[in-house]
Amino acid sequence: MYVAVKGGEKAIEASHRLLEEARRGDPSVPEVSTRQIAEQLGLAVDRVMAEGSLYDRELAALAIKQAQGDLIEAVFLLRAYRTTLPRLGNSEPVDTARMAIRRRISATFKDIPGGQVLGPTYDYTHRLLDFRLAGEGGSGGKAAAPVERADVPAGEPMPRVADLLGHEGLIEEEAAPDAAGAPPTDITREPLRFPAGRDARLQTLARGDEGFLLALGYSSQRGFSNNHPFAGEIRYGTVAVEVVPEELGFAVEIGEIEVTEVQMVNQFMGSAGAPPQFTRGYGLVFGHQERKAMSMALVDRALRAAELDEAAVSPAQDEEFVLYHSDNVEASGFVQHLKLPHYVDFQSELELLRKLRAEFEAPPAEAAE
Amino acid sequence: MPTSTGSDPQIAARQRWMGVLARAEDGALEAAWAGLAEPPEYRVLRPPETGLVMVRGRMGGTGNPFNMGEMSATRCAVQLEGGTVGIAWVAGRSARHAELAAAFDALLQQPARRDGLEETVIAPLESAERARREEDRANAASSRVEFFTMARGED
Repeated sequence: MYVAVKGGEKAIEASHRLLEEARRGDPSVPEVSTRQIAEQLGLAVDRVMAEGSLYDRELAALAIKQAQGDLIEAVFLLRAYRTTLPRLGNSEPVDTARMAIRRRISATFKDIPGGQVLGPTYDYTHRLLDFRLAGEGGSGGKAAAPVERADVPAGEPMPRVADLLGHEGLIEEEAAPDAAGAPPTDITREPLRFPAGRDARLQTLARGDEGFLLALGYSSQRGFSNNHPFAGEIRYGTVAVEVVPEELGFAVEIGEIEVTEVQMVNQFMGSAGAPPQFTRGYGLVFGHQERKAMSMALVDRALRAAELDEAAVSPAQDEEFVLYHSDNVEASGFVQHLKLPHYVDFQSELELLRKLRAEFEAPPAEAAE
Repeated sequence: MPTSTGSDPQIAARQRWMGVLARAEDGALEAAWAGLAEPPEYRVLRPPETGLVMVRGRMGGTGNPFNMGEMSATRCAVQLEGGTVGIAWVAGRSARHAELAAAFDALLQQPARRDGLEETVIAPLESAERARREEDRANAASSRVEFFTMARGED
């Protein structure tokens, strides 16, 4: 039980001032602007938007600045802010087949319509520190040489690889949308219930902590669940977001967002009800976040154990374990609440221990007779 | 262009310009409004309201929908003197963007104004957008790669 304490207002005020100073750092160094963060620390912004579950680059940049670059604290700030805003509505499901592609690769098929497009990626960098970036004026004050633009026929379609591979029935097809069209579960409105639907699982994973999901995905590759995955397709780019305002009754586009989509293809030996085939795991996250989207797809696949008649024996397959522990705002809150004064709590435990210890040390009553 | 375009050409036209207005970059609508020969009077029916839209995806890209996360959005409704109502739903938190988009939506519904505005406001926004997309596409295409598998013949 937690018993509240009072006092310390002055000390807390002083602590706030110290925090502001610490955040600002050496005042002789120019202050970083939220615009600089949004432009130059874009991947941090993406992570905060995804785990904060709120797509707004300016707000995420502000949160990162305010949290001194502590991304989990920034996620918390964004989550807190979202509670102050009304829900205006739901979008139509985004159509990732019509994504304006910045990057798109498949590790399973080399010749795919639309081609393999590397886009901006760290994958082929040498991971050597680039001291030019530390020099005066950053990259020497010069813009990077413009890339030579390729001349490609306009409007060449980039169909999702998974949609192409259905052939031979060797890759599981995604179930067609329900005609009834019941709205998906919204974990921000209703508590998680178990067994959770795949909708609730995907929503939880999409906002889940990248590190936690990365470790779980990794564990599933290393043998804690039987995952054998291939990256069927990874694509990153912008998709249109449409809503159907009640007052209009037809869909209008409100803008575009950047997303990363991952289709994992996993070996499956078959079960009583399903033939041997490749099964699929799915990842879809805000921004450019391949590590997160891949981890999400691995864990999504692992969590489909029950549906595919697999024995759920590993952490990544344990729905309750995964879904209850993937949210870093909840996790951080519960771990860090231990810093708050627990004096009364601790006193009562001390007393209990003293009593137990006295009983332990006292000679047994019978022997004394 | 919205995926769920109806068969009604008037609705399709309105969907198109509402999308263009929503995607317009910062300041573009302000400049377009300032460029109007006779900026009309309008009444704000529903003042700009910023809130959240829950963005949905589909399982595996094509299956049942799920909630992916929210985005900020602002909506607004205005009315011209003649009674025409203009509506805007735009991504982000800019009240001014939403109000101007709603005002242009109302004006574009006026047959007498439409052609002029299509030409002076919507077409330039669309062509700027097209140029932006084209540049992105060409940039991406410059990193298009052909992977070769190396055959390692034993014989």
